[in-house]
Amino acid sequence: MEIIITKYGGLLLKAMGQTLILALYGLFFACIVGLIFGLMSVIKNKVCNVIAQVFVFVIRGVPMIVLAFFIYFGVPYFLNTIVGVGKQVTLTALQAGTICLTLNCGAYMAEIIRAGIQSVDIGQMEAGRSLGLSYAKTMRKIVMPQAIRTMIPSIINQFIITLKDTSILSVIGFPELVNSAKNVQANTFLSFQTWAVVGIMYLVVITILSYAAKLIERRMNRGR
Amino acid sequence: MEDRNVKIHVSNLRKCFGDLEVLQDISTDIYEGEVVVILGPSGSGKSTFLRCLNRLEEKTAGEIVIDGKDIYAKGVDINKMREDIVMVFQHFNLFNNFDVLGNMTLAPTMLKKASKEEAKDNAMKMLEKVDLVEKAHVYPAQLSGGQKQRVAIARALCMNPDIMLFDEPTSALDPEMVGEVLNVMKALAAEGMTMVIVTHEIGFAREVADRIIFMDGGYIVEEGTPEEVIGNPKEARTIDFLNKVL
Ligand SMILES: Nc1ncnc2c1ncn2[C@@H]1O[C@H](COP(=O)(O)OP(=O)(O)OP(=O)(O)O)[C@@H](O)[C@H]1O
Ligand SMILES: [Mg+2]
Repeated sequence: MEIIITKYGGLLLKAMGQTLILALYGLFFACIVGLIFGLMSVIKNKVCNVIAQVFVFVIRGVPMIVLAFFIYFGVPYFLNTIVGVGKQVTLTALQAGTICLTLNCGAYMAEIIRAGIQSVDIGQMEAGRSLGLSYAKTMRKIVMPQAIRTMIPSIINQFIITLKDTSILSVIGFPELVNSAKNVQANTFLSFQTWAVVGIMYLVVITILSYAAKLIERRMNRGR
Repeated sequence: MEDRNVKIHVSNLRKCFGDLEVLQDISTDIYEGEVVVILGPSGSGKSTFLRCLNRLEEKTAGEIVIDGKDIYAKGVDINKMREDIVMVFQHFNLFNNFDVLGNMTLAPTMLKKASKEEAKDNAMKMLEKVDLVEKAHVYPAQLSGGQKQRVAIARALCMNPDIMLFDEPTSALDPEMVGEVLNVMKALAAEGMTMVIVTHEIGFAREVADRIIFMDGGYIVEEGTPEEVIGNPKEARTIDFLNKVL
């Protein structure tokens, strides 16, 4: 155990940093994507509704590892060989990983946001509209703030899942924690110790995150 | 009552939900300062009619003209129109994420009808009117049903509306709270507010209505003064309905 920590601790910490960077990018864009598709599924527009539904349906139905291979290998191949866009298109593992997390987490966020908005009594929207506020204004000032309150636990849960899902992206060679740990194991043959340390590292980060999330949640609920 | 201005002109209004014809052929004029009470059995289309008047529902056919303007015409600013014709709901629909004052100042300030200060002063005046000044900083969850509805009315008044629509404003209230809400509405009627009220409070209707409209099956079956419609109904369906509720 000591060897893993003293000799490879720095490396693993750095890899954890990479994991967090990837997760952060993914979550950031997933929030945007989730908000867009979430809103698209609640507005009164059949075309938007269907697009949002199809997006969620596809992402939900495809394992993330397949999505990762598809984006990292499949999409550049498609662009270069099948479509043939002038110069060679390649994606770095970070780019592909970010896109993958964005789509995957974004779809689940869209569902969370849709459910959150729909959980707010329709009367809130009608009251806003009947006072002359536009749909957008009512959504922003009245419906969304109430929806977010109910969404927070699910969003936190999704963040944690996404953070853990970064480990899947080891398959496309991104030097996140699992990938680096594989190398450590290969060098040392100390598989028990290596994976125990890695497991604990995830646990610690997620515990800190959950704790911070609880604080935020409590603060938000205090305001009423 | 002769040279009164027509405030709302409704002609041949029809409204369907899919195959369901909810409003068949509604025509009526509502005058400035008039208090119109709509009676009718459940499912007769009272709420739908009311909601067509501020376009919370879209009509299927017919015409609604308010202050000489066709509210369904192309290019009508529906939000602007609604500033003058506000609705009070059965379930109050106070904004849960704002306190009482926030509820009352949100729309006026967002729509630039008043500065923050003006909106607040005005809101306090309206709260005085509904006798709830001490609740200014309380959240809706901490109010009783009757108080919520009085705040909802005060919130509507903050828009300085021309017309107020009430959809069963007392139906969700415990009996002992009905009076306080009806009293506020009576005061508004006395001030000359144009009001269209859906209610099952026959006594209240008799007292404050200038005119009663009795609806059934998507039609206006009978209309007239309270003495005529409640005191001396002519149509069998009206008589039947009144027998059930009185
Ligand atoms: N959004 C809607 N979609 C489909 N049908 C609707 C919708 N709103 C109302 N209806 C139907 O229209 C009919 C009339 O409804 P409405 O709410 O106007 O009746 P009401 O006279 O207000 O009845 P109540 O006294 O029960 O409130 C009912 O059969 C109702 O089911
Ligand atoms: Mg109704």
